[in-house]
Amino acid sequence: MTSLRFRAVALALALLLGVPALAAAAELSLLNVSYDPTRELYADYNKIFAAHWKAKTGDTVTIKASHGGSGSQARAVIDGLEADVVTLALAYDIDAIASKSALIAPDWQKRLPDNATPYTSTIVFLVRKGNPKQIKDWNDLIRSDVKVITPNPKTSGGARWNYLAAWGYALRQNGADQAKAQEFVAKLYANVPVLDSGARGATLTFVQRRQGDVLLAWENEAFLSIDEFGKDKVEIVVPSVSILAEPPVAVVDKTVDRRGTRGVAEEYLKYLYSPEGQETVARHYFRPRSSEVAAKYTERFPQLPLFTIDEVFGGWTKAQQVHFSDGGVFDQIYKPGK
Amino acid sequence: MSIAATEERGSWGGRQHTAIPGFPLTLGITLCYLTAIILLPLAALFLKSTGLGFGGFARTLLDPRTIAAFRVSFGIALAAALINAVFGLLVAWVLERYRFPGRRLIDGLVDLPFALPTAVAGISLATLYSDNGWIGGLLAPFGIDIAYTPNGILVALVFIGLPFVVRTVQPIIADLEHEAEEAARTLGATRLQIFARIVLPALLPAVLTGMALAFARGVGEYGSVIFIAGNMPGLSEIVPLLIVIKLEQFDYAGASAIGVAMLLLSFLILLAINFTQVWMRRRYGA
Repeated sequence: MTSLRFRAVALALALLLGVPALAAAAELSLLNVSYDPTRELYADYNKIFAAHWKAKTGDTVTIKASHGGSGSQARAVIDGLEADVVTLALAYDIDAIASKSALIAPDWQKRLPDNATPYTSTIVFLVRKGNPKQIKDWNDLIRSDVKVITPNPKTSGGARWNYLAAWGYALRQNGADQAKAQEFVAKLYANVPVLDSGARGATLTFVQRRQGDVLLAWENEAFLSIDEFGKDKVEIVVPSVSILAEPPVAVVDKTVDRRGTRGVAEEYLKYLYSPEGQETVARHYFRPRSSEVAAKYTERFPQLPLFTIDEVFGGWTKAQQVHFSDGGVFDQIYKPGK
Repeated sequence: MSIAATEERGSWGGRQHTAIPGFPLTLGITLCYLTAIILLPLAALFLKSTGLGFGGFARTLLDPRTIAAFRVSFGIALAAALINAVFGLLVAWVLERYRFPGRRLIDGLVDLPFALPTAVAGISLATLYSDNGWIGGLLAPFGIDIAYTPNGILVALVFIGLPFVVRTVQPIIADLEHEAEEAARTLGATRLQIFARIVLPALLPAVLTGMALAFARGVGEYGSVIFIAGNMPGLSEIVPLLIVIKLEQFDYAGASAIGVAMLLLSFLILLAINFTQVWMRRRYGA
């Protein structure tokens, strides 16, 4: 009895003392649902942002990050994963959240600068040390003696950029002839011996299993592979032209309004555009949007002509429908029994 | 399985004195439990697939690519289950009938495919069997490719299916009465005759159960297969991958339609195996 009463008193005291303390410096939490290759970036950025938020408001914010395939992460959010912000591989996945669950306002891509993509990347080639097959540009990928490793664009959001980059190159070479482009991409995929389901799997297949001669990879992933596997194993080849890969970010409106985290969530994304944020993304091999920060990293990020998905394919929704939907162009390339 | 079979089964309510009392109570709990754990998720799956309508359902399933994937998944799972039936029986026999140093260790090894995360299994198998791996490197000069072909799927499914057969057959072998074998030997039966007439009939129902489990597991396996299959559409693309592809396009209805078809087909095959078992028990009076 006494111990029970004591505990009740202690609890009441704790509440009395604790509540004002909480009101003075709130403890906030944020969940960032992201895709696989940003693991290192956000682990770093979350610390930097927490410090920034503490300095600005005095509040403590703990940020958790969830990583996985971009599409399955989007599905998790649609199915109820309580993300405050999403930072995914392609706009199509955030569009899907907006249209299937109405958790995000449809105009999300206009709410932040640069198509709501604070950092970009591009598609480059990863080849074996010394480039034994002399792979220089996209047209080397359709040579009969070259095997190309790239994940399945139907299962990997990242791999759709690979496919579209090849298509865009072929359009440029053939005066915007779509049929010629399809022929080129079909030839390229005929050289693909393994279709992994995701980018990390494809990297393993290429580097560890030593399958294929060239891996199509996001530039940031290619740098990470070199860090991980060593400069003596693989090297990067930058093609003559490539696609501007724009992995977008958005606040999940319904969730932040219910949890009362809109302020910190919006600042979390805005701060990515700040000099500190841009510095962080560049350190993790994503191309910064800010030209001042980019100027410091010109050695890391070579200049090459980059076309956007909006220019060449009329946006993600259209590209998805034409190329990757069931019976779309990619399926036509792979007719069973061929 | 065999233990349940030895229980006398009466009409409603069964025998008067069972260890757990209260037929209505236990049956009620059984039904509630099965509903919550198995039936509800399945009902949700069926419900999702109805969004497609009959035409869409048929179109999804009759797509040549879907049919090819079904052929790959069910064909290879069946082949793997058959291989496991033969070698699983052998492993179980050796582990139960002989005493040798390291037997406990090997006995423990059998369970590893249960415990290992499937993705880890897939990656290790791909490493071993790719053309520069330990095993794949030996086979490559003979023009035999394992990893990134349908053969790779077979290897993965044999790997994950083995413990199912071994663990179902082992207790039956332990229960097998030596007297019948000894009597047969004194009557002049050859080893082959003893195996074919006495041992095998007693073990076959358990082997079939193990096979059915291995098969069911193999059909649904995703994690390990994905890393070794190569995943080429129409050639080495499994049904679970097709489901993931549909989900990746946010096509929930299409994905669940394939799921439902897979479930029905598996159910039919498992049912057929169960009937074979019942028939065998009657025939051999096990």
